[in-house]
Amino acid sequence: MKGNVIKYERDNIDTDVIIPGQYLKVHDYAELATHAMEGLDPDFHSKVKEGDFILSGKNFGCGSSREHAPIALSHSGVKAVLALSFARIFYRNSVDGAFLLPIEIEEDAYHGISQGDEIDIDISKNEIKNLTKNQTYKMKPFSEIIGKIIEAGGLFNYKP
Amino acid sequence: MNIVEKILARASGKSQVAPDDVVFAKVDKVMVHDVSGPGVLKVFDKLKNKGVDVSKLWDPTKVWVAEDHFVPSAEKMSAENIVKLSNFTKNYGIEKHFKYGMGQYGICHTLSHEEAMVMPGDVYVGGDSHTNTTGALGAFACGLGHTDIAYVLLNGQIWFKVPETDYFKLNGKLPDHVMAKDLILKIIGDIGTDGGNYRTMQFGGTGIDDMSVESRLTLCNMTTEAGAKNGIVEADQKVVDYLSSRGATNAQVFKGDDDAQYANVYEYEASEMEPLVAKPFSPENVAVVREAPSVELDKSYIGSCTGAKYEDLEAAAKILKGKTVKIRTEILPASISIYKRAMENGLLTIFLDAGVTVGPPTCGACCGAHMGVLAKNEICISTTNRNFPGRMGHVESETYLSSPMVAAASAVTGKITDPRDLQ
Repeated sequence: MKGNVIKYERDNIDTDVIIPGQYLKVHDYAELATHAMEGLDPDFHSKVKEGDFILSGKNFGCGSSREHAPIALSHSGVKAVLALSFARIFYRNSVDGAFLLPIEIEEDAYHGISQGDEIDIDISKNEIKNLTKNQTYKMKPFSEIIGKIIEAGGLFNYKP
Repeated sequence: MNIVEKILARASGKSQVAPDDVVFAKVDKVMVHDVSGPGVLKVFDKLKNKGVDVSKLWDPTKVWVAEDHFVPSAEKMSAENIVKLSNFTKNYGIEKHFKYGMGQYGICHTLSHEEAMVMPGDVYVGGDSHTNTTGALGAFACGLGHTDIAYVLLNGQIWFKVPETDYFKLNGKLPDHVMAKDLILKIIGDIGTDGGNYRTMQFGGTGIDDMSVESRLTLCNMTTEAGAKNGIVEADQKVVDYLSSRGATNAQVFKGDDDAQYANVYEYEASEMEPLVAKPFSPENVAVVREAPSVELDKSYIGSCTGAKYEDLEAAAKILKGKTVKIRTEILPASISIYKRAMENGLLTIFLDAGVTVGPPTCGACCGAHMGVLAKNEICISTTNRNFPGRMGHVESETYLSSPMVAAASAVTGKITDPRDLQ
């Protein structure tokens, strides 16, 4: 899975900035996408392209259980979020709803990948290739259940 | 096994579970509100398009519905979501729907205890992150997103990874003017906003035994701000009596085994606790009130599932009695039942005499949605739970999180004030 990286070099990107509370009443996915990341980066909607990835620090998606957060990112075209760690509900919503892949990375990828770099994520090898810089990093493997739900295409397709 | 392991073992039909086991747990109660309900219906629509039968819920008697985030409706879209919610409960035969403008209604987490919706030992899931609140009744109470709630509504069960449990022990009784809110802010300041991620935060010790059920609810409520999967207090006789006084006479004492294991134990001495605030822009950015910055406040807000239970209003009234507020102050009881008790016991008169505006139960301003949001550069002290950028309004507004006593004392002076220092 290849794409370009939009990097936010900070920890604790919370759901209130991913999709501000005033939009919780909105359930039209396309409309939610127009407000993605509005609390942090009002230009996000104009710059994000189909297939992009977000790269960030620790505890991405902390705060609310609003599924609007992965929905807004996914319907903006974001296919994966790479972060040092994820808040549990964001992680779970991303996988169970099959909106995007939450990829846990190590410090080398966090510091090695720059804004705009093209990367190739290979979840079968737990590997991320930085095509711009010709570097390779390890991603943390998915736990067994998460791997199976991703493979099934979301919780409703998963047979326990 | 500790209490959470016992609950998850029972719910998944196993004799024993341990941290990191993945289980499918049977759910005892599920809650949706006016944000997660329409979100779940959207998931149902997607499933219907794929040929999945969504015509029946697994058990409508185990589902209950609250209207809290966008009531009273400020504009058309919110009003339409309430209509969707009403159609949902009608179409699926859900009887427990607490409607705005029709008797008891309020913030979902407040109704969970005021209406005794959840029992000790239950697996309770809700379409809201602060579902953790209700763990104070000795239940495994956990917040989920729309897809997971839709799955529960159709299948009656959901997967969980059994969490590791950290035990927070409070020794002794909290001093006067120090509230459960101060203790949970202290803990979040210590462990950080990801310190509880994927974990259970359990509270115990003599200080917790001594605490009211409502104070315990405040502790469990903000385990969400540490990222925890759930917060819990073992259900003692106090919980049983609390639920019984609200009509649930079948509640029983429910605790972990004597040899329960915990990943970490943190000890706090109650006598060392003092009033605290969490400064912008994170609940972990904690400071002692007496050392807090001397900022000019624009507003004091006493509301939400965290800080507008009866006991919270009583604490605020103690401070506000005979005083006049110096800044815009809003008090919104978290449910109609609390509103009524506050009226009957004279609290509302104290608030109104002090110049406070008393509003209806709503999540409104806490999540920056409506009913008193902040303008650019405005600074608010609030009994709510989050102070991320833009949480309560403009992205350049600021929120300090505090106990109801600190919010009330600060309302009187217009600056962040320790209630012990108020003349």
